[in-house]
Formats: sequence, structure tokens, C-alpha cells
Amino acid sequence: MDITDFYDTFFEEAEELLGDMERHLLELDLDDPDAEQLNAIFRAAHSIKGGAGTFGFDVLQHTTHLFENILDHTRRGELALRRDIVDTFLETKDMLHDQLDAYRNGQQPDAEAYARICQTLQQMALEEMGVAVDEGAPAPAAKPQPDPDPEPEAQPESAAAGDGGSHLEVALIKVADKDRELLVEELGQLGEVLSQRSEGERYLVALDTSASADDIEAVMCFIIDADQVEVRSLPAAVQDSGDSAPASEPAAPPSAAEPAVPASTAPKAAPAKAPSSKPKAKAAGGESTSIRVPVDKVDQIINLVGELIITQSMLDQTASELDGVAHGAMVNGMSLLQRNARDLQEAVMSIRMVPMDYVFSRFPRLVRDLAAKLDKDVELVTEGKSTELDKSLTERIIDPLTHLVRNSLDHGIETPDKREAAGKPRTGRLTLSAQHQGGNILIEVIDDGAGLNRDKLLTKARESGLSVSDSMSDDEVWQLIFAPGFSTAQEVSDVSGRGVGMDVVKRNIQGMGGHVEILSRPGEGTTTRIVLPLTLAILDGMSIKVGEEIFILPLGAVLESLQPTEEELYAMAGDDILLKVRDEYLPVIAVHEVLDVENARTKLTDSIAVIVQGEGRRYALLVDDLIGQQQVVVKNLETNYRKVPGVSAATILGDGSVALILDIADMHRLSRTKKEARHASRLPSGVNAPVPFKEVEPS
Amino acid sequence: MTSNLNAANVAAADAHSREFLVFSLGEEEYAVDILKVQEIRGYENVTRIANAPDFIKGVTNLRGVIVPIVDLRIKFHLDSVEYGGQTVVIVVNVGERVVGIVVDGVSDVMSLTPEQIKPAPEFGVTLSSDYLSGLGSLEDRMLVLVDIEKLLTSEEMALVDHVAE
Repeated sequence: MDITDFYDTFFEEAEELLGDMERHLLELDLDDPDAEQLNAIFRAAHSIKGGAGTFGFDVLQHTTHLFENILDHTRRGELALRRDIVDTFLETKDMLHDQLDAYRNGQQPDAEAYARICQTLQQMALEEMGVAVDEGAPAPAAKPQPDPDPEPEAQPESAAAGDGGSHLEVALIKVADKDRELLVEELGQLGEVLSQRSEGERYLVALDTSASADDIEAVMCFIIDADQVEVRSLPAAVQDSGDSAPASEPAAPPSAAEPAVPASTAPKAAPAKAPSSKPKAKAAGGESTSIRVPVDKVDQIINLVGELIITQSMLDQTASELDGVAHGAMVNGMSLLQRNARDLQEAVMSIRMVPMDYVFSRFPRLVRDLAAKLDKDVELVTEGKSTELDKSLTERIIDPLTHLVRNSLDHGIETPDKREAAGKPRTGRLTLSAQHQGGNILIEVIDDGAGLNRDKLLTKARESGLSVSDSMSDDEVWQLIFAPGFSTAQEVSDVSGRGVGMDVVKRNIQGMGGHVEILSRPGEGTTTRIVLPLTLAILDGMSIKVGEEIFILPLGAVLESLQPTEEELYAMAGDDILLKVRDEYLPVIAVHEVLDVENARTKLTDSIAVIVQGEGRRYALLVDDLIGQQQVVVKNLETNYRKVPGVSAATILGDGSVALILDIADMHRLSRTKKEARHASRLPSGVNAPVPFKEVEPS
Repeated sequence: MTSNLNAANVAAADAHSREFLVFSLGEEEYAVDILKVQEIRGYENVTRIANAPDFIKGVTNLRGVIVPIVDLRIKFHLDSVEYGGQTVVIVVNVGERVVGIVVDGVSDVMSLTPEQIKPAPEFGVTLSSDYLSGLGSLEDRMLVLVDIEKLLTSEEMALVDHVAE
């Protein structure tokens, strides 16, 4: 087993620890810091340091070491927190992140930045406490260290395991020879192996080490199960060589790299507190256990379950033809299978769902930094952090959301003086909220700033050459900011206002199958609302039949369906047909014409008009029959084929055949290009009805 | 026929020979590199795709993967295009993609030594020699060796979006 195998685990864990650290730093109350939080920050730094030491990331180890020392002073109340100190801490955290990235990419971290941050930290230690932080502390793990560290940076928790080295007996139970050698070697890294002997199933190793029993267990659990290892202190009589070589502190690394070790369930000899279990439990925010799985594995499971569902419905179809009395058990079994399969599908789909906290947790830092830069006081409120959303969507929503938050801070929320003058509290309020609404998730960015300025928007739009009129409704005016190249910022800042953005935001969100709306009131603020489907993998569809072919319409786009009567149909300009629905005239698009389906019903009054809405347009889609509503698994056509006009994706039906999912907005475009092509060739076909409207009888 | 060929195959199977899957289109014999072939299956359950070239028969479900089906007989302008029990689909892997090609039948797998592979003459109109890796000569038979990867990713096959590239 190679230690590099654990690199990825370490990187991921360290990243998470840094994330926690930042969160705690941001939440810190400067006047009355919560001891628990300070501890958590300290532990995060400590764990990273340990891991970095194990894997030989010296720069990272040294930086965290210096950082940890200062953190230790703060948590013991010897260093009073100030805003600039927290700023430095945050900066350090960023630096650690950079270093981590460098190691992850197999590079050496930026030496200059490293020197700078070390100096800053040492300076801080000197100025604030008059204590010189020991510079040369992070000696290689195995090298003996004459004195216990002047700073109490060997964790206090491990004190129970002995100061400067204690004697432990590690029992390996039912461990294969191959693994055993490895483990003994590993133990050698942690301290000095005094003796080893075999006792039946047990293999006993006496060890002189400064590491705590828990730490040793944690290391061992990399390779073997927790119940295969027992650690206990040796009685003094067995101790012979005295304090020969206490290793500095290679104890913590494993706990950093694998905090999931169930320390509480492992048999314990030393009454030491598990150093790692606590920060982890906090980090997970109530989640007790979790595992990391690559996304493509999950996707594979989802695919397989999709297959299972299809097979199940195929069986179901066959079984439904059987005599229910003669094959009672079979029919019962089928319904049970159906239920199980659906449950399984639901459960599997939920694996992909992650809480919005994953997205929202990025914003406190952003808001803090930006507000400071813009000299604004802003309080960030997040609501609905536990609302779940498909992982692939959460990743894609981050950029648009960041843009909206920046916009709100830059253009929305006013400076404290202006706010006071307007009779509002000096501190602005930015709310990020998420909630479920039907099959959608609603994400809102709400600020209590000045709101959009209608006149300014209109003036700007005219300057940009957009066609606008004063009679436009507010909603239409707000939509202007999504036009490409539109920005009302007086001057271009590096925060926002380059005029590239809102149109990109809109495009991104539409690309995810969602849409954006803006609500704004002068003086009261602006709300940007993003509506997204919960997942892209499953779609609520309505299956329709045209000729012999079956298509799926996204149910979200379907408003209603009706059978048109002759009186409701009007012809216009030759071959355009309009359908009057209540007081609206909707263009009619026949699916069989657009998609060249043969043997479809051509008589309009025999067909069914499905009223659909896509990209703000409403029209009537003419189909032969409605078959029913069902959830379908969305399959990408472009994986092996290409983009098909009028079609967004495909799915697999119960009988194993493929059905195309229609793209409502694209159908409209396709219909137009087809009509134009037909006009160009002057070949009227099918339904060009004379005025007044009269049916063309199918021959 | 097959047993003869197998004997010949064994003899010819030296280090440099390549194996080809031989299939027929009408009276003609073609062959593709066997390493590109994923599987062979019957022609069934193909969903038509509107506004696609006529040789693209549509898409089918291959164990949960949507695979486009191309009829090479239509593409190569063969006279009779019929779908029957003998009609098979050769599923090939082209780069990252999976594509099914409809052929009249699959006959066998054979090894060709470099000497047996002759360069293709440059005169084809329907099937440009760009898409051929050569002609396989086997006593009285001639195999048209199709470079299936080049053919299927070509612009004229309209299987791949070329706009993005």
C-alpha cells in the first residue's frame, strides 16, 4: 500500500477543514468569541498540520504550525481578537488553500507568498504577545526532539497518553502477515518499536511513543478494521529504555486524513479524548456518517435503476395479460416488484441531491469582503439551507448566484449614510433563500437596497439602442437588464458593472431548464428569483401520440389541452392557423408537420390541441392523442448522436423503445423555419385553409 | 467456407495481421476493424428522428444507452434496402461514441496480413477513398475495408455536431 493513495483523501478532508475554518472565522463574535468555535478553528489547523506532516508537505505543515500557535493563544484568551486579526487569519486560510492546491497539482507552493505569510504570522505573535513563535519547530516526523515544544502545540488531549513518550502495547488481531509487516513499519514511524511477538491470533507490539492510543488506532484503521486493533498502556515494569526518542508529533496526521474513524466504538485503553471526532461531527452539521463516492459511480447506479424500472414495466405489461386468478401469486409479486423498484429509484435519485448549504456557504466570505471593499454594512441572511437540489445543478448555480449577489451589493444596497438619510437601518440586509415549490426549487436573492430605477433603465436602454417605450410595464423594464451589454452602473468597478453578466446569468439559468424573474420596488429593494427544476435526470412528462409515434412533452410546459372546434379555428395569411382559447388567439403548430410524421390525423377538429408555453410564448401544439403522464428518465441524445432540432432529449419507454422529448421553445422556431422553407419553394401543403376557415377533408 | 478461412487465419495470424469483421451490403463485401466492434444485434425498435438524412434510421435503446442507427445501404446508394430477419446492426465504438450500422448480414471474422491489404484507388464518388483503409484481397474475394471511425465522424454523415469544433 502506497501512502500516495491517501493523498486525495487528505486533500478533500483538508479542503473541508479549511471550509469549516473559514465558516467559524466569519461567525466569530469579536467581543465575545465562542470558545467552542476557537477550538474548532484550532483543531482544523492542527489536523491539517498533522496530515501535511505525514505526507511530507513541508511548506503547508510549517504554515499551519505557525498559524496553530497563534490560534492557540487566541483560544486561551491571551490574544484578544480584532477585526484585522481575523482578516489575517482569513488571509492565512486562503494561503493554506493555495498551498493545498499547489500540492494537489503536484507543484511546490509559491515560496514568496509562503515567506510573506510566515513573516506576517510571526510578526503578529511578536507584537501581540511578545512571544517569538518557534520557527524551526516542524522537524521531520521521525526526528527526535530534545524538549517538549515550548508552545503547547502537542494537543492537550493527548496529554493523557503520556508526556514526551509513553509505552503502549498494540495488539493486532487476526491480521494477515503482509498487512502486519506494513502495520509494524507504520508503528515504527510513530515511535520506537521495543518488542514484538505473536500470541495466537494476536500479534503484540510494544511501542514507545508520544502518540495517544486513539491516534494509533486511527492510523491502524487505514489498513485494518477498528475491531482488529487494541491499544493499551504498558505497566511501568515493561518500560526499559526510558525516554529514548519521543517522536515529535506524527500522531495527528491519520486523524486528519481519516476523521471518519469511529473512535468511540473502537476499544480504548487510554482514557484519551478522540481529537478528531469532534470537529468532524460539527463539520457535518448533524450528519453522523458519510462516505465519499465519485459522481460517475452514482450516475451509473441511477442508470442501472432506470434500466430496472424499464424492465419491470415490460414485465408488468406481460403480466397484465395473464389471468389474475390463475396467476395470483405472480400478479402479487409484480405489484410488489413495482413498488420496490419505485422506492429504489426514489432512494437512488436522492443520493444526487445535496443541500443548498453547499452553495450558500460560499457567500458569507464573499459578502464580507465585498462589503468591506465597497464601504457598506451588509448582513447576510440565508434561509432554507437544507433545501436539496441535484448536485450537477448546485455546481452550475454557483456562478450565476455569485453574480447576482455581487450585483445586489454593488448596485442594490446603498452606503450606510444614504441608507440613514432614507430612513433605513445603516446595515443593509441581503437574503439568500431556497425553497421547494412543486417540482421546482425557488432560489431568491433579496436585498433591501434602493431598488431598480425605472427611468435610469429606460434612458440606458435607449442609449444602448434597444427599442423601449415609456408605456412599458415595470416587469418589462426590469427584464431589460438581461439584455446583452446592459449595465446601469455609473462607473465600471471591479466588483460588477462591466455589462457582461446579467445576460449570461439568464442564459446559464435557462440552460439548466429554469428561468429568472425580477421584482423590485423603488426604495425597498430588489428580489431576483431563480426557478429551477429539482433535477435534470428525471422529467415529469406527458406522452402524446402522433401517427404511430410517441413523443414526450415536458409537463411543466403544458398548460391545458382541448379538442378544437371549427368555430375556434381561424386562418391567417394563407397557412397560419390561430386557435381562440378564451380571449386569446394562439398560433397552431401541428407536430406531424414539423416532425414529418406519417399517417397522422390531418383533420384539425379530430386532433387534440395542447396549449404549451415556452420561452414566454404560448401556442397550441396539435397532436393525435394524449396517452398519459409519467416520469421519464432523461437520456442525452448528444452522447452518441447530435442535437436534433425540436427535441431536447430522449427517454426509454416501458416497452424498451426510445421516445423523443420535445423542446417546446425550439418546436416554435422549427415550425417557422419549416414554413419559411415551404414559402420559398411555394409548395402549399396540408392545411392552408381559405378564409373563412374550412376544414380540408382528409382524402 | 468458414472452416477454410479459419485454417487460413491460423496460418496468417502472425504478429502484424489485423482482424476484420466482414459484412455484406447487397452483393458487396465490406469489412471493419474488429476492435471497433462492440456487438452485433438484430434490427428492431428504431425510433425515427425527424429532419435527419434518410440514411439515419433513428435511435434505439441499447441497454439504456441511446444509440443512433445508420443504414449504410442507403448511404452507399444500394438498390434494395429491405429489413428482414437477416438484417443486423453492427454496434461500433467510434471514439467516445457508440453507433449502430445496418448491414445485410455478417459473414465472418478474418485476419489480413499487411500484404493482403492493398491501397484503395482514388475514384470513389459515393464512398470517397478517404473513408477506406484499403482493399483486402483474398484469393477470389475483395473486401472493402472501411475506416469506420473516419466515415462516421465525417461531416457528410451528420452524426456529430461539427459546429462546435
